[in-house]
Amino acid sequence: MARIVGIDLGTTNSLIAYMNGKTPTVIRGPEGHAMVPSIVASTQEGFLVGDKAKAQFLGNTAQTVYSVKRFMGKGLTDVTPELQYFDFNLSEQNGVIRLQLGDTWLTPPEISALILKKLKDHAEQFFHEDIRKVVITVPAYFNDSQRQATKDAGKIAGLDVVRLVNEPTAASLAYGLQKRKQGIIAVYDLGGGTFDISILKLKGGIFEVLSTNGNTHLGGDDFDRRLVDEIVKDYQSRSGKTPFPDGAVIQNMRIAAEEAKCRLSSETETEIHLPMDNYRRTFTRAKFENLVNDLVEKTLAPCRQAIKDAGLSATDVDEVVLVGGSTRMPLVRQQVQALFGKTPHCELNPDEVVALGAAVQAHILAGGITDMLLLDVTPLSLGIETLGGIVSVLIPRNTTIPTSAREMFTTSVDGQVVVDMHVVQGERELARDCRSLARFELRGIDPMPAGMPKIEVVFLIDANGILQVAAKELRTGKAASIEVKPTYGLSEADVERMVEDSFAYAEADVEARLLIEARNEADTVMTHVERALRQSGELAPADEREAIRQALEELRQARSGTDRDLIHERTTALNRATEHLAEVMMDAALKDALGSKRAAEILASRGES
Amino acid sequence: METQNKALPMVPLARSMCWHCQSDSGGEYFCGQCVKVQPLSKDIDYFTCLGLPRKLSIDTASLEGKFYEMSRAFHPDFYEGKSEMEQAVSLANSAVLNQAYRTLKDPILRVEYLLRLEAGAAKDIPGKAPADLFEAILEIQEHLEEFQTATAGNDTAASTRAADSLRNARKTLESKRAALESRLAELFQIWDRLVDKHSHDQAHSDQKEQTLKEMRGLLSERTYVANMLGSIAEALE
Repeated sequence: MARIVGIDLGTTNSLIAYMNGKTPTVIRGPEGHAMVPSIVASTQEGFLVGDKAKAQFLGNTAQTVYSVKRFMGKGLTDVTPELQYFDFNLSEQNGVIRLQLGDTWLTPPEISALILKKLKDHAEQFFHEDIRKVVITVPAYFNDSQRQATKDAGKIAGLDVVRLVNEPTAASLAYGLQKRKQGIIAVYDLGGGTFDISILKLKGGIFEVLSTNGNTHLGGDDFDRRLVDEIVKDYQSRSGKTPFPDGAVIQNMRIAAEEAKCRLSSETETEIHLPMDNYRRTFTRAKFENLVNDLVEKTLAPCRQAIKDAGLSATDVDEVVLVGGSTRMPLVRQQVQALFGKTPHCELNPDEVVALGAAVQAHILAGGITDMLLLDVTPLSLGIETLGGIVSVLIPRNTTIPTSAREMFTTSVDGQVVVDMHVVQGERELARDCRSLARFELRGIDPMPAGMPKIEVVFLIDANGILQVAAKELRTGKAASIEVKPTYGLSEADVERMVEDSFAYAEADVEARLLIEARNEADTVMTHVERALRQSGELAPADEREAIRQALEELRQARSGTDRDLIHERTTALNRATEHLAEVMMDAALKDALGSKRAAEILASRGES
Repeated sequence: METQNKALPMVPLARSMCWHCQSDSGGEYFCGQCVKVQPLSKDIDYFTCLGLPRKLSIDTASLEGKFYEMSRAFHPDFYEGKSEMEQAVSLANSAVLNQAYRTLKDPILRVEYLLRLEAGAAKDIPGKAPADLFEAILEIQEHLEEFQTATAGNDTAASTRAADSLRNARKTLESKRAALESRLAELFQIWDRLVDKHSHDQAHSDQKEQTLKEMRGLLSERTYVANMLGSIAEALE
């Protein structure tokens, strides 16, 4: 079966991992980093992704997109309150946000696709083979639109997303694989932009999710903003200047705030320094905790609800596992410990564990692991709007997936040939308070008196947590056609077009592809030369051997960099340096061949005689 | 979200014929000849699906074991790379299995499901106020209204008073619910004994019907009490 790798597409950083024998392992990029910053920038040289995009961020804040995950599957009104913290332009078209990069407007799935392609490149350089099949993780509390947007991103990146896995569940796979534990575990996952809590039962290789809850708009970004707000206030009172709406100033503050936040996890006091007006301010950890305390507390209600939905109490939880960079904050650890009454586990690298779990799930799907099975749930209740805007729940939250529900529909007017339905997700009684997923039109109903047609609609949530809908008119047995208007999402035609468009944004890709080829060629040449030196090095004089070793070392250095021309140049140089050795070896091989032939002939003739 | 205008794979007409090699699969989950996964019958009930008799006392540990075992047979994770038909069968079977387990694991959902199977009851059993609590319920409704008016009007003294009454009422309702559930548990035993008898005479089927009817009445009252408790909890939160 084709190789399947696991991807953690994070708000702040993204990673790709694979199974190295029995150990899930992250794949490092050419610079040696496993974490790819989830940042995309438009520059004169084209699109930059990851470290390079991050490096140029402060000089190009209006053309650099970060935290795009917060926009996945959302409309503009969903994110209006936080727009002041971003410097790039946003608009909305057909329920999908567009972000301006250079002179193009890209959707969040297209931007995520650029990040996915970067990870794909890293994996392809690592394996020297094409990668198509992937598992991508999503926050457990992602709704249908957000999941679909993630799947679309994969497709646009030229990937076959064989499964979406929930992040806390993925973490539990990595954790469970390592520890071989049984019992009830709670995974508390506070990342850059999202919060999830999942309660699982681990038994005999089965990872059964009992309940999940969360907030897809709560994470490290929000902590940074509290600090930014405080710095803005302070800066204003000292300098008399208003930094809003100057994007660059705000972004300077945001970066400084993020760095200070990280330092405050290990230090009790830190200084923030900004180039503007030579601003300096000391923050204590206590002050910072005071600023974000209510945000951390906001994670506790979902935890309590998840425990309750699992039919348990906090003391039933055997272990608590911390995931996500934000769980490095001492305040978070204290609150979690107080809630569950036990010390949380944090020995796994909270930045990598989700990607490692994705690799484990990928390996299960590829048939490499057969004794582990993950049974996940749908995080939100699925319902349809009925008379008076009331929601009728078809599939309650925390139902194990895959799952399905059937509902009968009929007509209310004689001769009616179209029936509408409105599908929503959420826990509220009124449809308008829930998340609208789509409006459907069931068509192709034969004209009949009102109430006569019986249309059976099957709602099926697959193992990715994505809804599939099929309809049939029972009297005639013919499949009713369904027209969907997704409330927040791309149509299939949109995605197809974006797959094509993506090649236009792919200048950086061609560059990457050529780099891979150059490296592969260098690898081949180096392998041959090393073997030649080992086997027949003595055929060349010492100074020549030294020159070859020198050329080999120079190529090795060039190969670890990203300068394609330099790699080519040094590959050629190495080839030249070995020309003489190759000739001598060829001669020796020829002599050998002749010699052995003679020997064989002699033997043969002896046999004859 | 994805729509499927093409029909989901149909269950073959002859239940015991393998969809793939047409040999007799004998109603097993996997064909004896070609080992392909077979779709569960469209009309399969949840008890049959999990290999259980239609009885109400269920050992949850062995139910869980059976569920895990069947998940290992049907889950889509094990069908990646298989044919489209096998993937569709795995998805549909897993969906049925998951619903079956969810329903039978919970005693209330279990008995409601049994009533639906045995007596063809409507999907939801409507709540009905227990007759013996009629006056108490009227009182609770008054307290709920008082509480809401008092909180809306910021009348702290009145809202504290109403909250106290609601807390007392909660105790009454909780003990009523416990009583209903314990009678329900007795009926579970009675029902199971009747099932074990395997008799076909009129008295036996009358008894079964009588038991189902009483269970239905209890469930109806329990739903009412549970809703009422829900309203109190919401008000007091």
